[in-house]
Amino acid sequence: MKSGARIVVESLQREGVDTIFGYPGGVVLPIYDELYDSPIRHILVRHEQAAAHAADGYARASGRVGVCLATSGPGACNLVTGIANAYMDSVPIVAITGQVPTSLLGNDAFQESDITGITMPITKHNYLVKRTSELGRIVREAFYIARTGRPGPVLIDIPKDVSTNQVREEGAIPEEITLRGFQPTFKGHAKQIAKAVELIEEAERPVIYAGGGIIFSEASAELLELAELTGMPVTTTLMGLGAIPCDHPLNLGMLGMHGTEYANYAVTESDLLLAVGVRFDDRVTGKVQSFAPHASIIHIDIDPAEIGKNRKVDVPIVGDAKTVLRVIINQVKKGAPKDAWLSKIREWKERHSLRYEEGDGLKPQYIIQQLSSLLKGEGIIVSEVGQNQMWTAQYYCFRRPRSWLTSGGLGTMGYGFPASIGAHFARPEEIVFDIAGDGSFQMNIQELGTVAQYRIPVKVAILNNMYLGMVRQWQELFYNRRYSYTELPPIDFAKIAAAYGIDGMCVESREEVVPALKAAIETEGPFIIDFRIEREENVFPMVPAGAAINEMLRGQRR
Amino acid sequence: MRAHTLSVLVENKPGVLARVAGLFRRRGFNIESLAVGTCEEPNMSRMTIVVIGDESQLEQVQKQLNKLIDVVKVSDITETETVERELALIKVSAEPGSTRAEVMQLANIFRAQIVDVGAKTVIMEVTGDTTKIDALEKLLRQYGIKELIRTGKIALQRGAKIVKSTKERVSA
Ligand SMILES: Cc1ncc(C[n+]2csc(CCOP(=O)(O)OP(=O)(O)O)c2C)c(N)n1
Repeated sequence: MKSGARIVVESLQREGVDTIFGYPGGVVLPIYDELYDSPIRHILVRHEQAAAHAADGYARASGRVGVCLATSGPGACNLVTGIANAYMDSVPIVAITGQVPTSLLGNDAFQESDITGITMPITKHNYLVKRTSELGRIVREAFYIARTGRPGPVLIDIPKDVSTNQVREEGAIPEEITLRGFQPTFKGHAKQIAKAVELIEEAERPVIYAGGGIIFSEASAELLELAELTGMPVTTTLMGLGAIPCDHPLNLGMLGMHGTEYANYAVTESDLLLAVGVRFDDRVTGKVQSFAPHASIIHIDIDPAEIGKNRKVDVPIVGDAKTVLRVIINQVKKGAPKDAWLSKIREWKERHSLRYEEGDGLKPQYIIQQLSSLLKGEGIIVSEVGQNQMWTAQYYCFRRPRSWLTSGGLGTMGYGFPASIGAHFARPEEIVFDIAGDGSFQMNIQELGTVAQYRIPVKVAILNNMYLGMVRQWQELFYNRRYSYTELPPIDFAKIAAAYGIDGMCVESREEVVPALKAAIETEGPFIIDFRIEREENVFPMVPAGAAINEMLRGQRR
Repeated sequence: MRAHTLSVLVENKPGVLARVAGLFRRRGFNIESLAVGTCEEPNMSRMTIVVIGDESQLEQVQKQLNKLIDVVKVSDITETETVERELALIKVSAEPGSTRAEVMQLANIFRAQIVDVGAKTVIMEVTGDTTKIDALEKLLRQYGIKELIRTGKIALQRGAKIVKSTKERVSA
């Protein structure tokens, strides 16, 4: 005989899970007891939100399913933001929560919350397990659903008696599962692909608009091959950074609200937009009626619901990005000459390159550029949310997929630090940097405890402007500089780190930047740098909300 | 904007109705009626959902429904030949005498059954397509409808066509 808790842990092992992130409590005690002598490593976080983000960081960095574990009630509720974050960015995680015993379900029992009800709109699927005999199958289904097709979070809620009850060993974890309602399409429709090939060959001003789908489908090589074969320039979304090396001549960088001017101009003037693994998010399109107004649109996505959701498309292709791109590559010829188009783009690139003004203060863009050249595209860069995130997206030269983890869809402040922890356990050989704002870092600052306990060698570069910078920027530009509740007091983060036994330093001048970054890189353990940056530095270019993406603010001096 | 009839085959799992209803709520789709019950397959249910929307909303409704793991098959059967029925129970004022006689006569014309007779009211049971029930409802209003309940439309395609999905086995 075998207990439910044992089945859970054995199922995790069977799925190849090596690390999980969690926080214990009453109803998960049986599972924790099984973990005590299991080969699976459990990382004790300081807040369940961090467990979910760490699982997310683990998944994005590795491509494998991340796992987090929490107790019922408050524990489960604390996971919610992390689950919503994974849902919005299509990240495969499995969240396991304890629940009150089945006999008490629906009774408002101590620490009961209806977590399957709460997470219904933010999970790909969820389960409330009623019988121990279903557990093995459900865990298998959960992992399969999380990682297959468009990835996403799956939650399994396990009442305490389901964990403690015993069932017969044989057949407890089934070999085969049947999911009638879940059959993603991987192969693109041949006729639509033929149409796409024709449009690509005819296009004179094409642009590839590539997103997170390229990363998740491991399609970077195909993307590059297609771009080079046809001479199509590539712009990526925030989620797609790293899909093409930043310094590739065909790379246009990021598009959208804080994208490069040349990417936004190119999209606006294009006659063909090949959209792959993207969802025409409003932060990308700006005023959607003016987005790529002259272009035919081909949209490749694994999720049929994304095609035609925000923008009418000419050629819809439901399928896996890698598979479909490969078929296109096999069929497509070089097509129409693009010299005039590419030279126009070169001109835009020269005339409207990303730039910032040097001044007396410490410039965050400079810090990112220095880190970028020190790491030479190695390592994993994680960000928080706000200006720090946008500066990193603009000025860090990403060269590989899965080297950039950021909260795109939900924009969750506090994501970066715990996600860095997850990234470290996914790829321990890589150096992991969290680029933070002082506001965001304080949203999950308690994870210093986790980092200290396990000596997790993540580095945090806080771009400390003593403001909720991005909000302050909007107040400056659109609310007449009325800085309503966005100022933060100076915090000595190095001292806080020291209290946890973590190395840190404070940097106030340009000359100290490189030595500080080097110190962080060379220190074996965790390291915190508190960069006191120019307080009112802004992120430019910027498309104001509701404007077309070629109507950008370029930044005027105050 | 018009009414579309969707036939949706779902796994009969706890929470499936909440998933479907929640989806309509959070995406702002308008449900006109929803009827659900068991069907020819064990462990499955069939829902008939009438939705109001334009073509692109309808496309989204179907695609989003399809993404639910417990949803096995979604078909828009608005344009196909179907048999559609709805059942209504109508409690209508019918004082003994001439009104009662008129009400009974209307029931007769609509092939409705009188299933309860009270001192001042009768309850009528009527089945038919939505327009027929609408028409009866309208006619009865002048007598005073005290209570009314409609099941919402259920529908099946005519002939050999079926809303079904093939079984998928995965070895993951
Ligand atoms: C959890 C959460 N709350 C609020 C916001 C809204 N918000 C977006 S950016 C931002 C400011 C971020 O400040 P900070 O982390 O200091 O970064 P900076 O913009 O200064 O780089 C806020 C409050 C958010 N994205 N997430």
